[in-house]
Amino acid sequence: MPIRFAHHPGLVAYLTVGDPDVATTRAIAVAAIDAGADVLELGVPFSDPLADGPVIERASHRAVANGTTLNHVLALASDLRAARPQTGLVIFSYLNPILRYGLERFTNDAKAAGVDGVLATDLTIEEAEGHYLNAMLAANLAPIFLVAPTSTDDRLRRIAAVSQGFVYAISRVGITGTRQTLASDARSLVERLRRFTQLPIVLGFGVSNAAHVAALGEFADAAAIGSAIVGLIEKTAPKEAPAAVAQFIEGLRPVPAAPTTR
Amino acid sequence: METLTPTRLGRFGDYGGRYVPETLMAALEELEAAYEQAKADPIFRAELDALLRDYAGRPTPLYFAQRLSERLGGAKIYLKREDLLHTGAHKINNCLGQGLLAQRMGKQRIIAETGAGQHGVATATICALLGMECVVYMGEEDMRRQELNVYRMRLLGAEVRGVSSGSKTLKDAINEAMRDWVTNVRTTHYLLGSVLGAHPYPTMVRDFHRITGEEIRRQIVEKEGRLPSAVIACVGGGSNAMGAFFDFVRDPQVKLIGVEAGGRSTALGEHAARFSGGSPGVLQGTFSYVLQDEHGQVSLTHSVSAGLDYASVGPEHAAMHDSGRATYTSATDQQALDATVMLARTEGIVPALESAHAVAEAIRLAPTSLSEDIFVVNVSGRGDKDMGILSRELHLDGAAQEQVR
Repeated sequence: MPIRFAHHPGLVAYLTVGDPDVATTRAIAVAAIDAGADVLELGVPFSDPLADGPVIERASHRAVANGTTLNHVLALASDLRAARPQTGLVIFSYLNPILRYGLERFTNDAKAAGVDGVLATDLTIEEAEGHYLNAMLAANLAPIFLVAPTSTDDRLRRIAAVSQGFVYAISRVGITGTRQTLASDARSLVERLRRFTQLPIVLGFGVSNAAHVAALGEFADAAAIGSAIVGLIEKTAPKEAPAAVAQFIEGLRPVPAAPTTR
Repeated sequence: METLTPTRLGRFGDYGGRYVPETLMAALEELEAAYEQAKADPIFRAELDALLRDYAGRPTPLYFAQRLSERLGGAKIYLKREDLLHTGAHKINNCLGQGLLAQRMGKQRIIAETGAGQHGVATATICALLGMECVVYMGEEDMRRQELNVYRMRLLGAEVRGVSSGSKTLKDAINEAMRDWVTNVRTTHYLLGSVLGAHPYPTMVRDFHRITGEEIRRQIVEKEGRLPSAVIACVGGGSNAMGAFFDFVRDPQVKLIGVEAGGRSTALGEHAARFSGGSPGVLQGTFSYVLQDEHGQVSLTHSVSAGLDYASVGPEHAAMHDSGRATYTSATDQQALDATVMLARTEGIVPALESAHAVAEAIRLAPTSLSEDIFVVNVSGRGDKDMGILSRELHLDGAAQEQVR
């Protein structure tokens, strides 16, 4: 199933798999999809999530502590693919769990599980070119990369050239986590990136409410919401978390969503 | 375990590279360009050389430890006295280099991580010297066990930020420093303290420390008319060892021996011996040996010495391990403590607990070595900072003191 956005702006929902446990993550994922998430990012918990702020770091540590591994993430992907065939599924991971699993074994198993794309947070384009990209393309998985306000035009061009599915633009310089307002960095980054790609541009890091989503909808194709959802899960009882997340996602689109033409 | 195709960018064999969030790439490229430019600039070199000589106290002596050598029998043991440097450890070499570089780059804010506190103290020192803002991240466990260095950093005007995640040690401090850098990258230089992290750090930090090995070569030839049989150094991230080893890499008759922290036992989580207990992986910007579980989660580590208590190791060491150019062994907490006592009582020199691991290896090897062998042990730091731990571990509070042998 290719990654596509049925709404404008589209919504990408990030979940740390295994927080609080894999069964709850599954229930939340289904609820998020039914509430209008176009793409799910399944976060692989890692012991040292150095690009993440405290909310996702805590979730990651809880999931590592309860034994959640990449195997569980792949099994969950397979389950979700069967339950909701239309939704884009992206594995969002630090590189080391993938390397440890074995790169080709991972890409083959991810494809078999129905995963559409992979984003490795600490994998730069320089290190991806070669073995990693070859493995991704051989398995027909979309390689997804981050671009940042500090990325030069040369880097944007190089990243755009090998990206598939979408390009994930970091709204501001910094780690993941919620912010009151969208940084002014965001629009200029998306405008620079637009010159190098026809792919949807998803804006994330610090996007946490309907006002952000509406604002970024003026220049980007979709919003990625991570810490706001993970933080909500953290403070909600597990059995109530699916409904709470669904309500939160519905609230991100205050007006009836227009069908997209993109 | 497979490796990614080497791109040759900052690679040592298969190891090294750049594994960072995209936000940092521009800063790494800027740093690399600034470093290449500075390296070729005689003014930078002269400025650094003058500070190393007049401020840090280079060259450091190469001292023949006659009583220790006689006690053990066998090889002549020389000590490279990096412990005599200003701030008490080799770390000042790299801090002066990167401090001057940050100044050239116009970055007024410096951040650093520290384990034992020696790198933090050296960073705080050069920030005072150069008039720059300084924030040091330190695991809370390390703040507790190396509290004297926390006070020194604060006295020097640095802000010490405690890190309470994970094992509250060096790895967690690096995570926090990286998060700060990602957030403040436009104004801040990350003064990384070892031959770790993304390119160009492992190469640059090694270059700022290679003066140690260059001095050893000159000094040992002066004293003995030949090169040593072995150079022995402790390896946490591996900066003092790379500094001591690098000038001898092309002299195959000189054995290079790195000593890791054997901790309490060989069980995962109880030591920091990456080469015997780890496997290749990516941690904190670089591809190297990592202590990790079967799912790629990084393990907790333990060592009596905070400076060796880290789950990965510099990528150039990983390459030298695989090629066989250097050998890596380990000393346990107890062996390091015993070595501290022996060096203190034979030579009147109290090494840092980190450096004591290298001393322990010399003590282990010497009795079966030949009298014509020459060992050079890099005493990378002094033990003043460890008095709290030594007092507890060796019962120096009076009553049991006689039991210490």
